[in-house]
Amino acid sequence: MSTINEQSTVLFDAQGIALTVKRMAQELAAKNEDGGDVVLIGIQTGGVQLARQLAAHLTNLWGRTVSVGQLDISMHRDDLNQRLAPRVYPTAIEFDVSDKTVVLVDDVLFSGRTTRAALDALSDLGRPQRIQLAVLIDRGHRELPITPDVVGATIETDPEDRVDVQLGGSSGASKVVLEKAAV
Amino acid sequence: MRWTRKDLLDIQSLSAEEITTILDTAREFKAVGTREIKKVPALRGKTVVNLFVEPSTRTRISFELAAQRLSADIINFTAEASSLKKGETLKDTARNIEALNVDFIIIRHSAAGAPHLLARVLDAHVINAGDGAHEHPTQGLLDVFTMREKKGRIAGLKVTILGDILYSRVARSNIWALQKLGAHVTLCGPPTLVPRTFEELGCQVVHDLDAAIRDADVLNLLRIQHERQRRTMFPGLAEYTSLFGINRSRLAATGPETLIMHPGPINRGVEVDGDVADGPRSVILEQVTNGLAIRMAVLYLVNGGKSPRELAVETAQPDSRPDNHPAA
Repeated sequence: MSTINEQSTVLFDAQGIALTVKRMAQELAAKNEDGGDVVLIGIQTGGVQLARQLAAHLTNLWGRTVSVGQLDISMHRDDLNQRLAPRVYPTAIEFDVSDKTVVLVDDVLFSGRTTRAALDALSDLGRPQRIQLAVLIDRGHRELPITPDVVGATIETDPEDRVDVQLGGSSGASKVVLEKAAV
Repeated sequence: MRWTRKDLLDIQSLSAEEITTILDTAREFKAVGTREIKKVPALRGKTVVNLFVEPSTRTRISFELAAQRLSADIINFTAEASSLKKGETLKDTARNIEALNVDFIIIRHSAAGAPHLLARVLDAHVINAGDGAHEHPTQGLLDVFTMREKKGRIAGLKVTILGDILYSRVARSNIWALQKLGAHVTLCGPPTLVPRTFEELGCQVVHDLDAAIRDADVLNLLRIQHERQRRTMFPGLAEYTSLFGINRSRLAATGPETLIMHPGPINRGVEVDGDVADGPRSVILEQVTNGLAIRMAVLYLVNGGKSPRELAVETAQPDSRPDNHPAA
């Protein structure tokens, strides 16, 4: 939704994102040494593509295939009473999360409520050894005590702004756009 | 598309997109049922009442389990125990239930339109679990879900519904759902139970069984409801079976991929032989599994739905808070 007063700024282009994602993967690798039990889970929908890209980098770094899954958190949201039912996207995790180091991946970290829901959804699927959080953009305004382990970029926003992350993958251009709310 | 309805009263008033939204949502809820922890907190703190004024076991249990798997509390209110027997009107009964601050009322009633009446007078979400010979929307949805899952599509599918169409709310909900999604529907059975008037709904009406099943991708066999039929409709069960009962030799006329469906309970040896009902083409038990997923999806979706009045207010004041996940 854009209005005439809205200001859009491209914060990252495709090249900037590619470098950022690569650096995030290196940080994850440094955090997890040999990575023997690390799996990645992207939060639907924005985290899925990012998790795949991070997993590809880690697969290169560690020389072994890093498993990646996708998690939908709609059924675990805390605002289902205040909104139309959100669309439910597939949860597809073809491995057991128990005793693994699960890296939850999302494109934007904002209130922290999505992460909270993801932690609950994940605990229904097993008991990971530990859970880490990797986000491309931390836009601030946390409403819960949640801190990411790996961050691509921290940006200043007003609560009413929109941060739009497009990770095209093979198709379409990748970019991060900040849309300032109308004053 | 986003689901906005407060209630699920019938299939007739739904759009193809709304039906598809329910089916897609149900697919994800079906996956929840395969996990070790089969419960999600989506309806935590909500109360569901099963108001079954007409007897039913499987639909009631399916809704009961669906509500429990969504973490809602559920109570059953059956005709035998109800004050309806003491002369209370349905409206008063429902209002009394609502006064207990319940959030959902799932109603089965012998009168067509009873759920629609309740939806008008109650703030609670109303779900139709079968109203007279009118509709049984969750059954229609689970049938279509099963066909789509097995055949990969609904558009262009040839579906033959066989048996007691006239008295069947299952048939009506199937016909609406299938036609909205682009299937070709053929109805077959004795002329007294399958009158030509159904052609007005766009169905093909055929009274010769072999012609009706030859090209079918799906046979949906309906139960012969002896309890609803007057004698004049129906010479006898044996005659029905000899003309329209599905057995292995009759099935030879169909393609090997033809699905056999039945909403249950089955009258073995009447509308279908045991070896066909238990055979490799039968998806009768999967229908039961899918029914649970459909009912979870319906409860989940209508929970966020609003009455037209509430929706108007909400559209006037859009949520100022942007979401991290605009698509979710």
